[in-house]
Order: sequence, then C-alpha cells, then structure tokens
Amino acid sequence: MDFATFLIQLLNSVQYGLLLFMLAAGLTLIFGIMGVVNLAHGSFYMLGAYLGYSLSAAFDNLAWALGVGTLLAVAFGFALEWLLFRHFYHRDHLDQVLLTFGLIYIFEELRSIVWGDEVHGVAIPALLDGSLPLTDTLSYPIYRLFMSGICLVIAAGLYLLISKTRLGMKIRAGAFNRDMAESLGVNIKLIHATVFALGVGLAAVAGMVAAPVSSVYPNMGASVLIMCFVVVVIGGIGSVRGALIAALLVGLVDTFGKVLLPSMASMLVYMLMAAVLLWKPEGLFKQ
Amino acid sequence: MTTRRLVLSRSAALVGAASSGLILPSMVRAQSGKVRVGFMLPYTGTYAQLGVAIENGVRMAIDQQGGKLGGREIEWFKVDDESEPSKGVENASKLVQRDKVDVLIGTVHSGVQMGIQKVARDTGVLNLIPNAGVLAATRSLCAPNVFRASYTNSQPTLALGKAMMDRGHKKAVWISWKYAAGDEALEGFKQSYTAAGGTIVKELGLPFPNVEFQALLTEIAALKPDAVACFFAGGGAAKFIKDYAAAGLKGKIPLYGSGFLTEGILDAAGPAAEGIVTTMHYADSLDTPRNKQFRLEYAKAFRSQPDVYAVQGYDTGLLLIQGANAVKGDMSAKPALYKALEGAVIDSPRGKWTMSKFHNPVQDIYLRQVENKENKVIGVAAKALADSGAGCRMG
Repeated sequence: MDFATFLIQLLNSVQYGLLLFMLAAGLTLIFGIMGVVNLAHGSFYMLGAYLGYSLSAAFDNLAWALGVGTLLAVAFGFALEWLLFRHFYHRDHLDQVLLTFGLIYIFEELRSIVWGDEVHGVAIPALLDGSLPLTDTLSYPIYRLFMSGICLVIAAGLYLLISKTRLGMKIRAGAFNRDMAESLGVNIKLIHATVFALGVGLAAVAGMVAAPVSSVYPNMGASVLIMCFVVVVIGGIGSVRGALIAALLVGLVDTFGKVLLPSMASMLVYMLMAAVLLWKPEGLFKQ
Repeated sequence: MTTRRLVLSRSAALVGAASSGLILPSMVRAQSGKVRVGFMLPYTGTYAQLGVAIENGVRMAIDQQGGKLGGREIEWFKVDDESEPSKGVENASKLVQRDKVDVLIGTVHSGVQMGIQKVARDTGVLNLIPNAGVLAATRSLCAPNVFRASYTNSQPTLALGKAMMDRGHKKAVWISWKYAAGDEALEGFKQSYTAAGGTIVKELGLPFPNVEFQALLTEIAALKPDAVACFFAGGGAAKFIKDYAAAGLKGKIPLYGSGFLTEGILDAAGPAAEGIVTTMHYADSLDTPRNKQFRLEYAKAFRSQPDVYAVQGYDTGLLLIQGANAVKGDMSAKPALYKALEGAVIDSPRGKWTMSKFHNPVQDIYLRQVENKENKVIGVAAKALADSGAGCRMG
C-alpha cells in the first residue's frame, strides 16, 4: 500500500469512526446517565435514514431536510421518553432489554407499513456531488468530507454542552448522584428527557447524514447497533470521550481490516474488543 | 401393565412414523383423485415479487397444456416461506404432512431451501427448485427426489472467467459479499479464470448486506487491475454500481459480474451501469422466437413483463408436465417419474436445456452488456454448461 492509498484509507477510517461515534455517544449517554440499556438505538438510526429519504425528496434541499428531520427526531425522542422509557428507569436491565427489543420489532413493522420493504437510494445533493482528486488515480468523494465535518461539529458541540454549560453540569450531577442533585433543585425528570431526546437526535442525524452513502433499507439498524455496543464496551460504558476514541479505533481496524485481511475483516473488530477487555475489563475510559 | 405400556409405545411409534411422513402421505395419496401441487415461495418481504413471478410462470406452463398434469386435475396449495430459513423445515412440513402434496415447488432463498432439502430427503416428496442456487442442493445434499430448474450460484461465473480473458483482462480483482452465495459465485469465477490463464490479484469481501464499499473501492483504485469481477444483487448491486462510478473507476477499470448484478436494478443504477458485462443463463432481450412468444404471452396473461424468475418458474412447470405425462399422472410411480425428469429436455425461453445427472440444468450461459438500460445479449459465454456436482451421491 503506497502512501496516497494509506492516506485515503485513513480518511475512510476517520469518516466511518465519526459516524459510529454519533451513534455510540447517544447510546452511552442514555446508559451512563439513566442506566437504560437501549437495544432500540439502531432503530433510531434507521428512522433517521428513512426520514432523510422522505424529507430530502420533499424539500429537495439538504439543509432544510436535516433541520426538520432533527427537530422531528428530537420531538419523537421526548414523546417516547414520556410515554415509555421513564417508567423503566427503576426496573432492572432485563425489563429494559425486553422493552427495547420489543420496540425494534414495532419500529420495523411501522417502517414496513410506511415505507415498504424495498431498498431506497438517496441522492447526494448536487453541491456536494463529485470527488476531489488527491493523486492521479485516487480521489476522495466530497460528500464523505462533508459527513466527517458534520460529525466533528456535533462532537465538538457535545463536548462543550456537557463540560462547559450549566445544563451539562446538571447532566453530570444527575449521573453522579441523582438524589443529591435532585435535592439541590435540579429537575432530574427534565434532564433525563433531554438526554434521551438528545440521544435519539444524534442517532437520527447519523442516519440522515449516512443515507446517501449507505442506502436506506429494512433492518439497517441491526448491524450498526452491534458496532455501537462494541464501541461503547471498548470505550468504557458511560464515557463520551471513550466513545470517541473507541469509534475511531473501530473505524481504523474495520477499514484497514477490510483492505489488508479481507477474509478476516468481520472478525477483527471483535478481536480488538476482546483484546481491550483482557487488558482493561471496564473499557478504556471507565468513569 | 405390560399391555398398556405396549399400546402406549406402539402408538407412540406410530405417531412418530406418521409425523416423519412415512405413513400418512401414502395413505392419503391413494384416496385423492387430484395431483396435489404445493408452492412454498416468498409471498411477503424482500423476495415477494420473485415468488409471484415464479408462481405465474408455473401456472402459465400448465395452463398452456390444458391445466392438467398427466390427465389428472390439480389441487393447489400455498405456503408463504417469508424467506425465513429458521421456519424452512416447519413450512415445508406443513405442505408435506398437512396438505399431503405430491410435489413441492420451492424456493427462492438458499437458506430456506436447506430446510426444504431436509424435509425432501426425510420424506421422499418430489421437490422442484425454481430458483435457490445453493450448491449443496445438487452436490453434497443431492437427492433422487430433488430437481433444480434454475442454476447453481457458481454456474454464471463459471463462464465469466474465460470471457474476461478473451477480452484481454489478465489481472482481476474479485469483490462480493462474504456469505454463501458470494463464496459460491467466487468458486465458479476462480475456476474458470485461472483455468483460462488469468490471475486474481485480490479477493475483497464485506459482510452481507453491508453496502459501505468506499474502503474497498479505494483499494481497487490503488491495485489498478485490468478488470473487476463481482457478485452483488438487488439494492446492494445498484448501490455498488453507483459507488463504482462515483469513485471514478467506471471507464478506467471495466466491471464484470454474475448476471444478478444487473437484473432488475438498471433503472435504479441509471447511467452508471452502462457498459457493464455480465454472464447469465437468461436475458430479457434474448432474440429467439421462443423467448419472444413467451414474453408476449406472459405479458398478456399477467399484465407485467416477465423476468428471469418467471422463466425459471415456467421451466419448473414444463419439467413437472414432462414428468407427470411420462407416468400418466401417477405421481407415486417414483422410479419412472424420476427417470423421466432426469431425461427431460426443456424447450425454455432461455434456450433448450437438459437435466444433469446431479439434477441441475445443463444450459447455455449468455454474455450480456448493459446498453440503454437493457441487458443486451452479445454472445454465448459457454455452451451447455454443467455444474460439477462434486460430492453428490444419489442414494
């Protein structure tokens, strides 16, 4: 592999890693702060992708589709938290697993009723279509740079939100000691609903942004969900920083594995996870 | 005490024997005046259209012959297999045990076919496969009562290697999903390409049905092979073709594939698909009187255009007619029935084909090129191509 190929594969890794981070961040926030094991997280990603498909057809404008889609997804997150999830914070993990596993089936069925079972393609907006030539034979698609850009902006925003704002402080306080935070006047119920909606929003944005390069198809949340859990386990449960590092690691191993060891590619990520767990059983950045 | 135990154990044995299909089907068959034909096909889900096309084809073939099999009326049964391998055995058993079918026609999904295969081998029911290309069905798990009217997964690509060498591509990269159908397609390609003197410089794979091709396309661009050969199908195929063009490879490195790459997705793939060369046992545009007549009649009967799956269903019907006629509708005359099926010559819209001794079609494989959103036939890649049947022991 020459240097130019290496560089482009590195870009591919980072782009995939950042997308995984968007998903894993929501998953790890919801688990770390509310203690809910959310198997339906992949369904939020799928929902985002299908929303992106419908909205980009309706608006014919990427910015509008992204904006409206994010609002819809966040509203959906609030509604779902209020209707279902808040009743499960105090139940044990098995109940939560059953609830969210059931939700996967419900979302799949709804998806089938609303959008059908075909595979849909989403066009890349004309402005971002095309690729940048990096060497005489290799080029990099502009849309993928755009994807990475969006993910980076959101990652930075998330970091600022959690570590620098008043809301972030309350979120951290609630995660650290719920009762103490509550007695100090923090509205924990509202915090939980916000964090949950934020997680749903992150997953849906990831789905919307990924739709043009990954297609939109039934059950698309399943494989992504497994990767998210791998990222969360490697990074350390509840740690957003851990999720970022782990997602980039998984992106690297997956991309270079596909290219250098194609026959073992689907295994390598799990071997990485096993290795990390042997070395640090709680993940890289357990809080 | 002993007698009660005896009665209990005997009736248990009887129920066991009946449920494994040794007794019940033959008892009921003797009483029925009609030939019982069961469809086990996907009628919902991703493959629903394929199931419908196959059933249409079978019915059309039989209707053209007066709607009877060997002079006997037909009673039809249907089970939706949902393309769900875990329900394969259960669904096939429903047709065999509950409906007592004389012949089970199914199915599309290779995983589900493995379930049917088990039931067919256990009960001896006649099984005609109208699509599933899984190698084991006519190789290691072949059976005297299982016949395929479609193809094996390695059959189209078994003709691809030589065609690519003939066009001067000496070094190729192979890319497909890492799952049974992809691996089996690779087997055919590897065999024919290396035999013709070509070198596969790299085999790239990604998990089914993953469509993140970017890293692999970058790798192909860096490897600069003479050509790329692949196996993809359905939505993933359209995506691959588009990504291949978006990565700037179209026009630089020619793309070849098993024919399923360009079946049913040419509208979705658009201009990115122009010029792709594939090999397959059928093409819509096959310029023969037989094919034109078939297409016209199918379009009239079902108000839709037939595809390769309709043809395979049609051929399954023709095969069944030949078998039933040879035994004058007495489907229990198994040795004579199987002999007739083994000796069948099918005058198909895809061209005449015969049955191999491993119960898989010996057929022409066409070379096709995409031109104006159509798979245009540009030649015959292999005449009367058979599958090796490696490991098959009919017993």
